Formats: sequence, C-alpha cells, structure tokens
Amino acid sequence: MSHKEITVTVNGRKRTVSVEVRRTLADFLREDLGLTATHLGCEHGVCGACTVVVDGHTERSCTQLAVQADGREITTVEGLAGSDGTLHPVQQALRDNHSFQCGFCTPGFVMSIYGMCEEKKAGRPVPCSREEIREELSGNICRCTGYQSIVDGAEAALASTGAEAALAGTGSDNTGGQA
Amino acid sequence: MKPPVFEYVSPASLDDAIAALSAPDAGDVKVLAGGQSFVPLLSLRLAQPSLVVDINGIDELTAITEEAGVLTIGSMVRQRQAEYSDVVKKACPLMAEAIPFIGHTAIRNRGTVGGSIAHADPAAELPTVAACLDAELVARGPGGERTVPASEFFTGFFTTALAEDEILTAVRIRSVGTATGAAYEEVARRHGDFAMAGVGAQIRLDGDVVAEARIAISGVDLAPVRASKAEAALTGRTVDDSILEEAAQAAVADLSPSSDLHGSAAYRKHVAGVLIRKTVATAAARARENQ
Repeated sequence: MSHKEITVTVNGRKRTVSVEVRRTLADFLREDLGLTATHLGCEHGVCGACTVVVDGHTERSCTQLAVQADGREITTVEGLAGSDGTLHPVQQALRDNHSFQCGFCTPGFVMSIYGMCEEKKAGRPVPCSREEIREELSGNICRCTGYQSIVDGAEAALASTGAEAALAGTGSDNTGGQA
Repeated sequence: MKPPVFEYVSPASLDDAIAALSAPDAGDVKVLAGGQSFVPLLSLRLAQPSLVVDINGIDELTAITEEAGVLTIGSMVRQRQAEYSDVVKKACPLMAEAIPFIGHTAIRNRGTVGGSIAHADPAAELPTVAACLDAELVARGPGGERTVPASEFFTGFFTTALAEDEILTAVRIRSVGTATGAAYEEVARRHGDFAMAGVGAQIRLDGDVVAEARIAISGVDLAPVRASKAEAALTGRTVDDSILEEAAQAAVADLSPSSDLHGSAAYRKHVAGVLIRKTVATAAARARENQ
C-alpha cells in the first residue's frame, strides 16, 4: 500500500507522520491522531459533522485526503477551548443556549459557527439574520432536529463577535494555493 | 465508505501533471482538483483509479485575470475565491450570482471552478454558467493546448470533451460591457443541494430593446441546455410580462427532463419556466441600471 510522509500542524502542534495515501483527513485525525471529536456522519460531504478549519477556512475533512494536508494548519474542535478548559466564546454561546441534543453533529456545528465568527472578525460579509444563519448552517445536519436552539446559539455567538483587524491566516485571502 | 487503494502523485507543475497523466503505464488515472465530488466518488467506490494526480499544488492554475475584455479564471481557483473576487463580480456577474448556490461555505472553500466544470454535473451551476456565456475551456495535454467552446465541451451526462490525458487549465469568458445584467436562480430541496432546475440569464439592452439574450438551464437534461428559442423570442423585443411568458413557453416546450424522487418531469419543466421569467426580468432590470 502506498504511503507518504506529511507534516501537519494540528491544533498548534506540528507533527510529521507517514499516512496511507487513501486515508481521508477525517480518518487521519480520528484514527491516527486520536482526535475523535471530529465526527463522521455521511462520509461524503453532505452532513457537515466532520467540518474542520484548514488554513483559516472551514472545510470538510471527509472530502479531502490526509496527504493533501501536508504543510497546512488544521484546527479541530479540540483546539478551541483554552488549555485550562475555558470554553471558546462559540462553545460558551452554544452551551448557554442549550444547542445540543445527542451531540453527534455538534463538533461540525461548532466549527462552522467558529468559521462564521472568524470571517466576521476579518471583516468579510457573514450572515447575521436568523434566516441567513439557517441558510449558512444548512450544510450541517442535526438528526435530532434541534435546529431552533442551534440557531439561537449561532446568533448569540455572532452577536458577541465584533469585526476587528484580520486575524493571521483567516478570512480575506482565500487564494486556494495551498501546498 | 473508505477510498480504495491507489497510487498518488502531487506534481508542482502542469507539465509534470500531464506527464503523469500520459505515462504509458499510467493505467486508470484520475485528476484530483477540489475533490468535493471526486473524493466522495472514491469513498463510495464509484471511482477506483489506479493513480490519482493531485493538481492542488500547481500554482499556475490559481490566477484570476482580466485582459482585453476577456476574463480568465484558472481551473484551480476556489469557488469561494471567485465568489468574492471583485474582478469576477465586474466581468462576469452571472458567475458571482451563481456560485453562492453551490453547496455550502465549507464546500466552496475547497471546491474549484475548473473541477465543477470538468465534473460536468448537469444540475451544477458553473457548467450552466459556462454554457450560458459560451465560455472557452482551455485544455492542456501532451500535444499542447487547445480551446474548446462550451457548446462542444459538455458532451453528455458527467461527460466532457476532455481527453484522458488532458487537464482543464482555465475558463475564458468575455467580460460584460455596459447595459448588461445577469441573474441566476435555482430550486432545490434544501439550500446547497443540486438543483431540480436552475436558470442563468444574461441580458444586454439597446435602449429598451433586448440586443442579446443568453439563457441556460440546469437539471433538465444530460448536460446544461441553452434555451436558444427563448433567446430568439426575446431578441429585438421589449421585456414585458407577455414576452417573458412567450420566452418561458418557448424554452420549456423542447425540454424532456427525467422524473426522480426529488421532482417529476412536469414539475421540473414548470420550475424551469418560472425561473426563466424571474431571471430574465431581473437581468433586464439590472441591465437597465447599467445603461
């Protein structure tokens, strides 16, 4: 079987690992790095549970190969909370609004909403009305159908996020020319 | 739901990628662009290539330029990048209008303009835009570069004029001038799903009269359909309700979409007609503003 050595930075930690080329990024995160908070629902890009942030942009980790992450920086939901366990403002907003039922879809929703907040910080246009938030989050599926409280949480997270100077590696420069 | 075993290369130049594609022992080779359709096809094992040529590392395919009235979009430009590009918005408003209908943000962050066109899903937005605007598709193979007009590029269901050893390198579209407006609309079960029917329209006015009408429909045939009869019905006329109805009727008369669990053939035809009226009216209103 064909393997390739890659160097990736995941949640701030740089690692060099040999991966099978057919391994998806999602399976790499879960099986090889043990970062099992990223969930796999449909495994073909529809349900959004596996959403992670790659070089500052939300992407599906099930529709790309781990070898394609070579040289890139990945944030999973494990990378959001502070080292002392303090929740990220997005996580806190979702917690405050009880935006969970079974929780399977939650990591994907957290990362999508985190992505929206990061875009807002970077001064990009982001959906802010409830209807726009629903549209934007339609790429994440909750089979408990707990959308009401998820939209509440997203609305609160976005409302408490102000536009500020672009964060490094985020937002305005989606050149797509990654390694 | 795991990809099958394959060999993998990620060349840094177009020449190296074409060499990999055309190597005599290459076997069943597939090009990996944004992967938003192809990686699912691998996971579902509908695609089982022996070699995957990943073109994500080829920087020469990532430029958006406008020169001498022609917009050129490199095939590896991310859909999200084109969506927010001021150059694209100005030179090709139809594409800027159509891209938000593609999947979701996380899909468009990864999916590419060229990948969508080369994949040629008949319900997809960018092939419809290419058909509507008579885009030129630039392909490079071992024999050099050639340009294929959109009317000859989409040859059937998920099928294009690209040869096995060719790579789509760019899309060229004539920039819009003044008195031109564009609109894109589609109807899908949920936002981001592939359309049951979609319509792209671009209208150029001369005073109150339609000087040029371009209309293409997605989701109703094996490839995007140009609504030539509707275009002819509009040209030289002033857009009003009766002309819109005439154009819509002319366009849908020749359609014979298939039925599936998302929508019947009759419903798809109905939707196509409604969307033609809507998009042409919007495009004409925008053209009037740009006069």
